[in-house]
Amino acid sequence: MAANAEALSAAPAARRSLAPGLSIGLSTVYLSVIVLLPLAALGWKAHGWGAVSTPQATAALKLTLGLSLVVALVNAVAGTAIAWTLVRDRFAGQGLVNALVDLPFALPTIVAGLTLLALYGPKSPVGINAAFTRWGLLLALLFVTLPFVVRTVQPVLFELDRELEDAAASLGAGRFTTFLRIIFPSILPAVLSGAALAFARAVGEFGAVVLMSGNLPFKTEVVSVYVFGRLESGDSGGAAAASVVILLTSFGVLLAIGALRRWVTRHDR
Amino acid sequence: MTAKYALRFASLGYLALLLVAPLGFIFWRTFEHGVGPVWAAVTTPDALHALKVTLVLTAIAVPNNTIFGVLCALAIVRHRYPGSGIVNAVVDLPLALSPVVVGLALLLLYGRGGWLGGHGIVFALPGMVLATIFVSLPFVVREVVPVLREIGTEQEQAAATLGASALQTFRRVTWPAIRWATAYGVVLTTARALGEFGAVSVVSGRLAGQTESLTLYVQDRYQSFDTGAYAAAVVLALLAMATLLLMTRLRPKEGIQ
Amino acid sequence: MISARGIVKRFGDFIALDDVSVDVPTGSLTALLGPSGSGKSTLLRVIAGLEQPDAGEVSLDGEDVTRRPPQSRGVGFVFQHYAAFKHLTVWDNVAFGLTIRRRPRREIEQRVSELLDLVQLTGLAKRYPAQLSGGQRQRMGLARALAVDPTVLLLDEPFGALDARVRKELRLWLRRLHDETHTTTVIVTHDQEEAMDVADRVVVMNGGRVEQTAPPRELYDHPANEFVMSFVGPVNRLGDTFIRPHDVELLLEPNGSTQETMVQRLVHLGFEVRVELVRDDGETLSAQLTREQVEALELQSGQIVYVRPTRQTVFSD
Repeated sequence: MAANAEALSAAPAARRSLAPGLSIGLSTVYLSVIVLLPLAALGWKAHGWGAVSTPQATAALKLTLGLSLVVALVNAVAGTAIAWTLVRDRFAGQGLVNALVDLPFALPTIVAGLTLLALYGPKSPVGINAAFTRWGLLLALLFVTLPFVVRTVQPVLFELDRELEDAAASLGAGRFTTFLRIIFPSILPAVLSGAALAFARAVGEFGAVVLMSGNLPFKTEVVSVYVFGRLESGDSGGAAAASVVILLTSFGVLLAIGALRRWVTRHDR
Repeated sequence: MTAKYALRFASLGYLALLLVAPLGFIFWRTFEHGVGPVWAAVTTPDALHALKVTLVLTAIAVPNNTIFGVLCALAIVRHRYPGSGIVNAVVDLPLALSPVVVGLALLLLYGRGGWLGGHGIVFALPGMVLATIFVSLPFVVREVVPVLREIGTEQEQAAATLGASALQTFRRVTWPAIRWATAYGVVLTTARALGEFGAVSVVSGRLAGQTESLTLYVQDRYQSFDTGAYAAAVVLALLAMATLLLMTRLRPKEGIQ
Repeated sequence: MISARGIVKRFGDFIALDDVSVDVPTGSLTALLGPSGSGKSTLLRVIAGLEQPDAGEVSLDGEDVTRRPPQSRGVGFVFQHYAAFKHLTVWDNVAFGLTIRRRPRREIEQRVSELLDLVQLTGLAKRYPAQLSGGQRQRMGLARALAVDPTVLLLDEPFGALDARVRKELRLWLRRLHDETHTTTVIVTHDQEEAMDVADRVVVMNGGRVEQTAPPRELYDHPANEFVMSFVGPVNRLGDTFIRPHDVELLLEPNGSTQETMVQRLVHLGFEVRVELVRDDGETLSAQLTREQVEALELQSGQIVYVRPTRQTVFSD
């Protein structure tokens, strides 16, 4: 009996020892070739650090970071509101609206930019021309970052224990107080996660803004467009340097948001 | 109670002004003069070539990333090896990087003077394939990992004690459990690959009729003041909506009443 | 004094409460006892204002509060799964009701310290609920509900999520607390032992209706119907006759009205022994004897004994 059991477990184990090696090995090689190697080349070839501190580059960096933070904030509010409407409210066509939220994930960014330009650009039928302005950039960035906060907050809101709200009510809290003191703290981590994702996406966005921005240096030139411009001028070193700077900066912001999120959930440990 | 209606109005209004109105308007504008001109614009040689390029890029990127995605998810969750945390983070990188930066990195690696340069990769289809694979890499992994974590190893262990080999266990126990998550990941990967613009733009050199994907074609036509841009955009939008439909059907969790 | 009259509550097609009327005397500890789906939790929530009845009225101390929200009814509510505010410390949880009423800090500090002492959680004031055991979380829940001086305390299966030993401890502790504070208390439970142990009066509910309201002793000795009798304690049913296991007398020789049975199994439960018997026609019976009685009769499995009830009940419909 014992010998049988041993034989049973030995055979599959021998055959199974290939599997970890295979999946680990293959996936590591794939990742390295596809992702790490090009990024290493980027870091290596980034020179012309002087180019990064030019007024134009600095302006692009500031604009990008500023816009992205605003976008993160607007999404934090709008995304939470939309998530609330999808989870707590009930109306006809709710399923359709829920599906719609994913549209920016599915739609190519260049098409997004084009559609916004058509309605809110030079030939706007409603007389709103946001092309070549920072408002236009904001619009484009809000479009592509829409799903992030909604999708991170939705499941949390859905899982929220209604009993907590009953408890608060029985203790005398009105609806607004309950939201402020009980519901909001519970969804805050999710809001921060979503906002971080929105921020990261906004920092790097290219396709949606490239038509809308008009690439006016100091006014509507964001970093991705600036890098593209450096490339077109043959300054790949400078382009790489600017890329590395924006990467590191947004990495820093993400770390900060992550730390904030951990502090907010310190009671769960 | 009015707070509820105000919130509903505000949320739906936001969505309408940002998403629905622009998209609806562009459909209206494009088909203003009927389907005929649209069809003509979309069937020019350059347009058709661009469509072909896009489909080729997608057809290569998606299967590759799917197989990698499942293998990588298995590696990360089942075989927790030193460095699997780093691998997890690296997989997420393409989501955090600007597409332009991705294209630039590829250019620096495979372009003239790069470490692997001079082999006709950049400014040609191979470079665009690599770019598309890069940006659409994470999706299958990210969808499969949580499912693998959730189902746990007990069933697979049971199969092993019953004599199943690794392949049999995968086919009969693991795969049925991750099937739908993988499908959802494939849909997301496809959507990303179809819509890729920035990285491909940098890497391709944008030679019309040769290295233009459909997204690049849209930009090209727009900057040439050709309304063919709208027609091509509409084609992409329709593909996106089909993708959206699949996404809704396959979405793992519900988040509404 | 809590008074609920003619309460009707439906959830879709399901009738949770079917014309229920209950009075809870001031200062008493009343249990709502019944199986799942009997409507007891729903009734409690209607009294609290967490559910709105489709018909009927709720009054607290003579005032009609049926249309009032829970915030203004002055009820304290304790939940089965604690409903602890995870992101607040124990101290802040207990202080919550006072904090939102903007009571002066001095007052909050005094009251919260008092309550934490009462529920014996003083050293844990700075901890978070995630760091507490289930029993501790529930004591916190109780302290939190008491902090705002409710006129009525409502507990919804408060010990249901705790293990048996903790449950018994807290039960005892709740009774002592009640004896000290004399707050009108209603506790919902499906555990008849708990209800009998802790309450002055028990309201037995089934299928959205009240079956009987009485002190525990009366419920046990004079059950109003078959349901109450079977729910409140173990019972033998022979046709229309109901016999409690401890009312089954065992004799070694037949004697007039006795019936012949065979001992199937002896289950030793500490001081008591449950004797499982079977009749010729296959009907089973269980008798409850003390250890001494079993030893005196030298009972063994397979033995033939003769039984008769010392007391039996028949219900006329």
